[in-house]
Amino acid sequence: MGAKPVEQLESVVIRFAGDSGDGMQLTGGRFSSETALSGNDLATFPDFPAEIRAPAGSLPGVSGFQLHFADHDILTPGDRPDVLVAMNPAALKTNLPDLPVGGTLIVDTDAFTDRNLKKAGYDASPLEDGSLGAYQVHAVPLTGMTVGALKDIEGVTAREAERAKNMFALGLMSWLYGRPIESTLEFLQTKFAKRPEIAAANVKAFNTGYAFGETSEAFSVQYEVKPAKLAPGRYRQITGNVALSYGLIAASKLSELPLFLGAYPITPASSILEELAKHKSFGVRTFQAEDEIAAAGAALGASFGGGLGVTTSAGPGVVLKSETVGLAVALELPLVVIDVQRAGPSTGMPTKPEQGDLLMVLFGRNSESPVPVLAASTPGDCFHAAIEAARVALTYRTPVYLLSDAYLANGSEPWQIPDISALEPIEVEFARAVEGETFLPYHRDPETLARPWAVPGTPGLEHRVGGLEKANETGNVSYDPENHDLMTQLRAQKVAGIAVGDQPVDHQEGADVLVLSWGGTYGPVHAGVRRVRAAGGKVAHAHLRWLNPFPRNLGDVLRSYDRVLVPEMNLGQLSRLVRAQYLVDAVGYNRVTGKPFKAGEIADAVEALL
Amino acid sequence: MSELALTAKDLKSDQEVRWCPGCGDYAILAAVQSFMPELGLAREKIVFISGIGCAARFPYYMQTYGMHSIHGRAPAIATGLAVSRPDLSVWVVSGDGDALSIGGNHLIHALRRNVNLKLLLFNNRIYGLTKGQYSPTSGQGKVSGSTPLGSVDYPFNPLALALGAGATFVARALDIDKPGLTDVLRRAAAHKGAAFVEVFQNCNIYNDGEFDYIREDKDARTYLAQGEAFGETGIVHDESDFATAFALAQLSWEKDGVVPLGVFRDVQRDSYDELVNAQLANAGGDGDLQALVGSGDTWTIG
Repeated sequence: MGAKPVEQLESVVIRFAGDSGDGMQLTGGRFSSETALSGNDLATFPDFPAEIRAPAGSLPGVSGFQLHFADHDILTPGDRPDVLVAMNPAALKTNLPDLPVGGTLIVDTDAFTDRNLKKAGYDASPLEDGSLGAYQVHAVPLTGMTVGALKDIEGVTAREAERAKNMFALGLMSWLYGRPIESTLEFLQTKFAKRPEIAAANVKAFNTGYAFGETSEAFSVQYEVKPAKLAPGRYRQITGNVALSYGLIAASKLSELPLFLGAYPITPASSILEELAKHKSFGVRTFQAEDEIAAAGAALGASFGGGLGVTTSAGPGVVLKSETVGLAVALELPLVVIDVQRAGPSTGMPTKPEQGDLLMVLFGRNSESPVPVLAASTPGDCFHAAIEAARVALTYRTPVYLLSDAYLANGSEPWQIPDISALEPIEVEFARAVEGETFLPYHRDPETLARPWAVPGTPGLEHRVGGLEKANETGNVSYDPENHDLMTQLRAQKVAGIAVGDQPVDHQEGADVLVLSWGGTYGPVHAGVRRVRAAGGKVAHAHLRWLNPFPRNLGDVLRSYDRVLVPEMNLGQLSRLVRAQYLVDAVGYNRVTGKPFKAGEIADAVEALL
Repeated sequence: MSELALTAKDLKSDQEVRWCPGCGDYAILAAVQSFMPELGLAREKIVFISGIGCAARFPYYMQTYGMHSIHGRAPAIATGLAVSRPDLSVWVVSGDGDALSIGGNHLIHALRRNVNLKLLLFNNRIYGLTKGQYSPTSGQGKVSGSTPLGSVDYPFNPLALALGAGATFVARALDIDKPGLTDVLRRAAAHKGAAFVEVFQNCNIYNDGEFDYIREDKDARTYLAQGEAFGETGIVHDESDFATAFALAQLSWEKDGVVPLGVFRDVQRDSYDELVNAQLANAGGDGDLQALVGSGDTWTIG
């Protein structure tokens, strides 16, 4: 048999969709790894329900994994898939609306039983009623072929054989896009090392799927996406939560302070706790607390003791930490608080991203309680954002909020592995007793307004801190009216004076519209800006890292454009802030669907302002 | 600051003590300050952490490190400190509202984990700082600002609660009984892991006389002694036996006319901080960050 013709593509968006129990996240993750190893740029969007196993075959139980890969630099997992792999009728029903006309559809015909069709709400099988005529449909009896291929492997039950169908699908897709398969074969051997028969079954299923692509007449061409021209260097894939974890370890190393993480399990932040718990050889202490409050409290206790105290959560947990953050404001001790935002209010949609917590972290505390806030922009950027959060917390002795979101947390991208030796150390000096001088716990550094960090165990500096208002300098309890006014001003000035650098702007000559964005929307917003430019429109883009304080030049930046568009996955939180602070007529683009923005909708919103 | 020369006076801060005149807290403060030098600790190695309430002002009066934190949260904050700084002697001071109401969850989990903390509960069975509402240890029928017709709540038994949470050291003392209180504090300080001490403390403003039966009558104070029968009960005390401690903790003046003072339970178990830090020590502390960030599948461009 001769090799099939190979067609060149610049970029492809594939979505794997199936039941929660079908292993779609694993399938997508492996395809991403193969894709990364072939040198494409890529972005992924795992999209799964909060229920671990919703009723099998049901619409709410559908789990999806979308990835976009290209021979050039890309920013998002793609607006719409070119290829949809649907493992059952429910997956087809929920995902088909996103597939453009002419798109490729691969379905497991064996899953289109009467029972599954009924669960998905189909009266007749869409495979037979002509309703899929607008798509290139590849109807493959995936389950049956998988089970058939595995029947000779001893010790594998029928149920286990059936479960390997995702590897058949992965093998098929790996052939279709010419992916290198060695890493997946190794992965399967390692993952199932304790059950060699299961490893063998999965490898067999994978190889069968691959061979099916090669030989079946259903697939007439193979596709190739050439490597992308990324900056030279060594790369790996990384998700936002892993990058955050590494960033925290790096901050610990750069500051030479032991890392203490207090956390309570919560979606989508738990994987930071799990990741850091693996790295005890870096002196990392992880504390799974009895609740969110204790998690924050223990982290603050560790900071009081001279450590780098960190607490991680999502919005519903962060609300519970606010009293501890308030205490940290009063104590003026370092504390890094990470909020991996998810859709709300209340429990909301735990696995879905949103940017609804900005005003909460800025203002959700009693009284005047200023806290610096920054946000990560991409999965890989979470590494650098974590270091920056720690640097400010340690330098200024303040709690710092770092915002991520469910999209960054689970999404992955190629990440240029940083050179650790090139990272700037974080200078931290503990207070020491000076002979003949009275120790003043609230005597401030004239430049940063930070107070001395006198850790227990230091002779001669015994002192008490607390949530009651303190006299300037001495730190003794004080109800003096003028002192309270002074201390309130000092706390505000300290945060307002944090050096965050000027706001860079991706300006375009002749642009009079500025798009101002923040946090995890960087990818789709910038992709939207590129689309506008590609179509001849002129638009500038500024993406904020710091939300409090704002960069000092932000007012000038905003005022140098006629119109400002602020796209946010909330009802207008940053736009409210910049309108209030800079008196500019910023216009919002606000959508809260629980899914990342699409580049197309951002481009449309910009076009409407041009 | 020489460690050996430490006296009670060295442990007094320059802050004016501002409890109500006649408050039982004064006696407890004096007992703590006078016994602590015998621990042989430098005062910079001692930390007092409190929540909110009258008792929670305690750290301000100790010339050690201290933190007056958030209502109920002291055990959580102290856990973070104790596990990351095992070289310190960490004490938590709380009241009945602080430790058993708003902070009940943190208390039971600190005890369950056996964190190396000395937890002092000043139990006056009333909310004092907020001016006299009933507390989770107030007896049923308590008439207070928030219960004009008498409380209908059933109270907590703090010692039974601590025992149920798995505390490895549980004791009770009386504020003005300096020898008895000092004995218990000494034992608590020597205990490795979480030590829970309930101190009957009189609030002479909002709940005066709550413990007069033993405050006023020294002869009515009955002490537990290891291996000896307790009073008329016939229970032979065994600090290592949970059931004995639990039975003794049920005795009350109102019901039995006798209330045990002293150590109810004292058993040894690895403390949380020891176990955590042992895992860290086993991990070697030689993590290679460059290797970590470059782990997994990698590829090179250019």
